[in-house]
Amino acid sequence: MAELKLPADEKTIRALKVGDFVELSGRMITGRDSAHKWLVEAHREEVAPYLEGSVIYHCGPVVAKTEDGGWRFVAAGPTTSIREEPYQADVIRGYRLRGVIGKGGMGKKTLDGLASGGAVYLHAIGGAAQLLAAAVTRVERVFMLEEFGVPEALWVIQVERFPVVVSMDSHGGSLHDEVEAASKSRLDELLAKK
Amino acid sequence: MADQPSRVETFVELIRRAAVDLPADIEGALEAGRRAEAASSLAERALGTILDNVAMAREISSPICQDTGTPVVWIHHPAGVSTRQLEADLVEAVRQATARSYLRPNAVDTLTGKNTGHGTGRGIPFVHFEEWDHDRVEVRMILKGGGSENCGTQYKLPDGKLKAGRDLEGVRRAVLDAVFQAQGKGCAPGVLGVCIGGDRVSAYNETKRQLLRPLEDVNPNSELAALEQRVLDEANTLGIGPMGFGGQTTLLGVKIGVLDRLPACYFVTVSYMCWADRRAGVSIDSGGQATWLS
Repeated sequence: MAELKLPADEKTIRALKVGDFVELSGRMITGRDSAHKWLVEAHREEVAPYLEGSVIYHCGPVVAKTEDGGWRFVAAGPTTSIREEPYQADVIRGYRLRGVIGKGGMGKKTLDGLASGGAVYLHAIGGAAQLLAAAVTRVERVFMLEEFGVPEALWVIQVERFPVVVSMDSHGGSLHDEVEAASKSRLDELLAKK
Repeated sequence: MADQPSRVETFVELIRRAAVDLPADIEGALEAGRRAEAASSLAERALGTILDNVAMAREISSPICQDTGTPVVWIHHPAGVSTRQLEADLVEAVRQATARSYLRPNAVDTLTGKNTGHGTGRGIPFVHFEEWDHDRVEVRMILKGGGSENCGTQYKLPDGKLKAGRDLEGVRRAVLDAVFQAQGKGCAPGVLGVCIGGDRVSAYNETKRQLLRPLEDVNPNSELAALEQRVLDEANTLGIGPMGFGGQTTLLGVKIGVLDRLPACYFVTVSYMCWADRRAGVSIDSGGQATWLS
C-alpha cells in the first residue's frame, strides 16, 4: 500500500487511479455540513493555509479533552459525503485542496471539480471509527468549535498511515458510477422476472 | 444490596454495551461475508477493516462508529411503574454516556443549528413504552446512525415506474429498488427493517422494531419468511458490496413486519441499518437486579 504524504503536489495526486489503496500521513482538517457552507460563504483566511495542498475529511468525530487541556480523537470515521455536493467543487477550487475523504462517493459536479483542480476523492471505511481514530496522532487546533459543536467543527489533525481507497480520481474515473451502473443492470434483470 | 447499581447506572451500561460492541449474529455475518469475497478485493479488505475495527472498539470500550446514532428504545414495564421516571432515567443516562464519550453529542437544535452538547434533545432519545403482565422491566435499544437513516424510504403502492402492485411481488420490487437506491451510502452491508402497511408514522416505527430481531430469527409467517430470504439473496447479487465498493455482501439480513392499513393506503417502508447494527437489551427485575440480554 502506497503512502501519501500531506501536503501533496498535483503531480502525485494525478498519478492516483480508482481502486488504489493509499495510506495518508501528515496534516489534514475535518469539515462537514456547517463547515462547507461556511467555507463558501466567504474566503476564510484563517483556515486557508490548512486546506491548501491537503485534504478535507468529512468527519464528525467524538473528541475527549485530555488532562493537559488538549484534545484526543476517540472515534473518527467518515460521514456521508454527498451532502457536500453543492459546495465541494467550490471548496476544492477556492482553497486549492488536493483531496476529499469521506464515504459513499460524490456526484458529477465534484467529479468535474476533482479533474479541473487536480484532486481525488478518498473513501474511508464507514463506521471504522476506532481504527481511523488510532491513525490520528495529534489534534493541533480547532476552528468554529463554539459555533458548530464538536461533530461539525473544523479539527486540524496529524495522521499517520490513515487508510483510504481512491474511489474518484482526477481523470473522471468513479468507482461509484461503475458500481451503480452495474447494479442497475442487475436490478433490471431481477425486476424483469417474477 | 448497597452496591446494586442505580437504574441510571444500568442504563449507562446498556448504552455503553450498544455503542462499543456488536451482537454476535451481526459480527458472524460480517465474518461470513468476508470469507465469501474474493481475496484481496476491495470488498474483502473493507470487511477486514470493519472486523478489525469492531475488535478494537470492544477491546478499548470505545464507540464502534463515531456516529453513535439516535438511541431508539422499547421499554416493557409492569403496571404501576412510572414511565415518566423511566424516561427521565434514560435521558439522564444518555447525558452521562455522552459525558463519558460512549456517545457523541448527537442532538442538534434544528432551528438554531446549535448542538445541545449533551446528546439529548426534543425527540432524542426516542422511547416507546408498553405495559405487560411480567413484573420485570425490559429495555431494548438500537443506536441508529444518521447515514443509514438517510437511506430509509417509503413507497406508496401501486408504483407504476417499478410495476409494483399491492401484493408481495410489489413489495419485493420496492425493497430491491430501495437497496439499489441506497448503494453503499448507508454503510453497506446493512440490515433492512421493512414494514408492509400501516400509516406513514406507524410503518417507520415498525421497521425499526423489526431491527430488534436477530438475523437467525425466522418470520412466523411462512410467506414473509420466504420473501425475507428471497430479497436477501437477490440483493446480494446486485454487486453493490461493502461500502459500495462492489462485491457479494450487500445486505446481512432482511426483516419484514406487517401492520394493517386503510383501504386507500398501501405503504412499503424501509429502514436501512448500517453494518454497525448496534443493539442491546437489559431485563431489570423487581429487586433492581439487571440481566443483560443478547
